[in-house]
Amino acid sequence: MDFIGQGFIKAFELLWTGNKEVYTIALLTIKVSGTATLISLVLGVPSGLYFAVSRFRGREFLVGALNAGMGLPPTVVGLWVALFLWRRGPFGFLGLMYTPTAMVIAQTIIALPLVAGLTMTAVQQLSPKLRLQILALGASPLQFWWLILREVRLGVMAAVMAGFGRVIAEVGASMAVGGNVRWYSRVLTTSIVLEVNKGNFSLALALSFVLLLISYSVTYWLTVLQQRRRQT
Amino acid sequence: MSAILSVKDIVAKRGRRFRLRIKDFAIQAQEVVALIGPNGAGKSTLLTILACLTAPDHGYLLFGDTVVTKKNALSVRRQLAVVFQEPLLLDSTVLENVSLGLKLRGQKDGAEEKALAWLQRFGVDGLADQNALTLSGGEAQRVSLARAFALEPRVLFLDEPFASIDLISRTSLVAEFKSVLTGTGTTAVLVTHDFSEVLALASRTVVLDQGKIQAQGTPEEIAADKKWGNLAKGIELNGMAIYR
Repeated sequence: MDFIGQGFIKAFELLWTGNKEVYTIALLTIKVSGTATLISLVLGVPSGLYFAVSRFRGREFLVGALNAGMGLPPTVVGLWVALFLWRRGPFGFLGLMYTPTAMVIAQTIIALPLVAGLTMTAVQQLSPKLRLQILALGASPLQFWWLILREVRLGVMAAVMAGFGRVIAEVGASMAVGGNVRWYSRVLTTSIVLEVNKGNFSLALALSFVLLLISYSVTYWLTVLQQRRRQT
Repeated sequence: MSAILSVKDIVAKRGRRFRLRIKDFAIQAQEVVALIGPNGAGKSTLLTILACLTAPDHGYLLFGDTVVTKKNALSVRRQLAVVFQEPLLLDSTVLENVSLGLKLRGQKDGAEEKALAWLQRFGVDGLADQNALTLSGGEAQRVSLARAFALEPRVLFLDEPFASIDLISRTSLVAEFKSVLTGTGTTAVLVTHDFSEVLALASRTVVLDQGKIQAQGTPEEIAADKKWGNLAKGIELNGMAIYR
């Protein structure tokens, strides 16, 4: 059992002394997952709003796909993105395989249905008459969407937290399309798996602390923002 | 006298079912029209068409002499106001809620002063800085009425605005509402299930049933009508829409 205690000590040492590799990995994790969450937010929130309010042919099919997408296995996403980005794949000419960009693409696909689906649910929880009331107040289409978004801001924040939480924790997709290349495409989850396989528990523990710290800090910051807005 | 709003040959459907079929109906300036009828008669459907919130499947709406189209619907809507049964306030302060419509309509200067004056008129100015979602039902509906009057609408639409308020609060609110309505000379269309409200507020009563206008006249004329008088008396006694 000693090695667990030693692992903890080593982990704190690595963090305290500013181990370059640990911090490089942590920074890339934030960049990749943060960018993927941001893209999901930009694409997912308008889609969620639209799906919630609009009626069109094929809507049920799309909403069904969106809901199913919330549980997409990251490994499957990784596989499909890899197939498309592979040298002989349809987008192979872009040369994105085993790059952080490929990881962003895969993570966006994972987070997007979650952000869009939860936004849609949040809008659908509003009274349908509230939409009529906003129109009756004289809102233009742009003002209408802005006010609806403002009304569901807590739900949207929850969607962002869920999306970020999902992508920062995934391993399969990042491993498949990023390749876990040292100093280049290695993120916290993929390197934890690698270090565990090597029996290097101290580094794995250090990385796990950083992962938990990032995940908790971002979620905490979003929660504070969410609750503060609720009170105003 | 030309009508402020009128509908011509309108049909509204839900699926294949007709919800509303009206050949000709107009609202004149300064009148208070009460729409009564059983549930599913088409009252709220007519109200949302008149308020320019939904378009009929056939026929058209006229604002003055202008046909309302998709293009000019927003500018027409910005001259009207609607109060629903639920207060439907947004998640912000009471003052922001009441001034919102003015701001959306481009009247930003003095919007908050105007909103505050109307809150005062309805006795809820003390709640101005409170989150609107924390108000009681009665308070929220007063805020909702203040929000509508602050817009100084050409026509005010009310869809059972007092139905979800307890009887004691309702009596005083109806009285206050009547005094404001008379004082401002606002033209209004009121959907209600309570004939005492019709008697207190309306200058004309329109009876709707099965999507059609079945009768219209002063509230007293409707009450005295052989067929529809029973309906009116029924709701006066019960305060509810159990007509037949």
